[in-house]
Amino acid sequence: MENQLLVSSSPHVRDADTIEKIMWCVVVALAPAAAMSIYFFGFGVLKVYVISIAAAEATELLCLRWRGKPLSRAADGSAFITGMLLAMVLPPSAPYYCSLVGAVFAVAVVKHAFGGLGCNIWNPALAARVFLQFAYPLRMSLSQWSVPRMLWGKAAEVATMASPLAKEGAAAPLSHLDLLFGNGVPGCIGETCKVALLLGGLYLIARRVVDWRIPLFYIGTVFVLTWLLPAGHDAPAWAADPFYHVLSGGLIIGAFFMATDMVTTPVTRRGRIVFAMGCGLLVALIRRYGGYPEGVAYSIIFMNTFTPLIDRWVCPRVYGSRTPRPARRQA
Amino acid sequence: MDVGQLLTIAVSAILVSNFVLARFLGLCPFIGVTQKTENALGMGAAVTFVMFLASFATFLLYRLVLLRYDLVLALKTPMFILVIASLVQLVELFMRAKLPALYQALGIYLPLITTNCAVMGVALLNTTDAPLAFRGMSIGAGLVAASWRGICAGLGFTLAMLLMSGVRERLARADVPPALRGVPIAFICTGLMAMAFLGFAGMV
Repeated sequence: MENQLLVSSSPHVRDADTIEKIMWCVVVALAPAAAMSIYFFGFGVLKVYVISIAAAEATELLCLRWRGKPLSRAADGSAFITGMLLAMVLPPSAPYYCSLVGAVFAVAVVKHAFGGLGCNIWNPALAARVFLQFAYPLRMSLSQWSVPRMLWGKAAEVATMASPLAKEGAAAPLSHLDLLFGNGVPGCIGETCKVALLLGGLYLIARRVVDWRIPLFYIGTVFVLTWLLPAGHDAPAWAADPFYHVLSGGLIIGAFFMATDMVTTPVTRRGRIVFAMGCGLLVALIRRYGGYPEGVAYSIIFMNTFTPLIDRWVCPRVYGSRTPRPARRQA
Repeated sequence: MDVGQLLTIAVSAILVSNFVLARFLGLCPFIGVTQKTENALGMGAAVTFVMFLASFATFLLYRLVLLRYDLVLALKTPMFILVIASLVQLVELFMRAKLPALYQALGIYLPLITTNCAVMGVALLNTTDAPLAFRGMSIGAGLVAASWRGICAGLGFTLAMLLMSGVRERLARADVPPALRGVPIAFICTGLMAMAFLGFAGMV
């Protein structure tokens, strides 16, 4: 009933953008990084992608059916992206049930329990990632990562290696160029090849699917803070190198593909800048002082929680009104 | 007390061991008074004030009476309940006289601060929590630390209340499945928010 009439306030602008178009555009933007991940970690990760995407789509269909919504909505690509992004932030050694449980949790609990596409508060893929972190701590928060295939140079002769952001122990020495291309960089499936991710991210910015302010202010804040915040004496040498921080971990994929999610981030430009800087601050704090090596997933989930409040506080002045904020409640 | 210690207490009480989202104390007002941001802020302010007073008063009581006369085991909990209950009465009288609108809006939840486990929690943690070890401090320093902890615990509570109210105001317009509307989705939100706060683990 409520879906038959669409009532909204002016301005009414017709646009060629549709949900399907935007979603599949994001899938295209993610494709290079996904292809690189299969090169780096072998065909085993293809299984993670397939299980994750299939589970997300199947859960989407089931939820739509239970909620009495048109099943055609499952083709809008949103569940596909959720599954794909989830696979990209899992470790290459993640067993099949991690991607399965994660995808079901993302679509059923984080998205459909809140009302489906457009109503969710948290980014489904990242919330599922954090959920898996606590559900399967041994499988998810690794101290030892699978060794990727090299693009150039000789591979390290080890079975597993430490994360580039590990707080203890000597990580393999990685140059900025290695980090940029993901050459010999251990990490989550889709996060290591920064060049491919940047390519996709710039494509999305050029297509105006994402707002350039979020990646710029997110990465910029991490850069400035990791440069300025004092590192402890026992910290590894890279800890004070802002370029290393920007190029390692999940920052690039998070800043371009997850912090820019239209549903879970503020709608105004100022709000988005506040959101992005908050994310950057959290990443810097968690990497420098926290218990986890990486904080991108937490930072975005945490700031997603702030989104409704940010939207409320930075709402633009209503044309013709005098005060920029909503009128105060009369006592 | 130096600035570093105060900062550690603040980060711990507001973020790492947030009273609502990490310790799961005070869920009753957290679910009950977060439909609107104004009410959540008012409740947060009231709880912060009570937590400060309660920490201050119970710490003095603990150090000057209970420890001195070896009554900790016998009388700590009843004494603390008594002190907190009378403090809440004070706040309630003040609010009814000066802030009637807020008093109306908070309704039953204001008297419920009396039995709010977060307030009792901060008072009890102030006397037992090993890392802060107020027992080893002088009474003056311990009083500053305990009161500051009360204020920060209250601020952390207010932060959680504000976040929850923002989320719930947005959910009021969302197409939540009928079976989950209201309290069920609020609890799902609480769980997801708690997951987000777990990112701070190990920071202090």
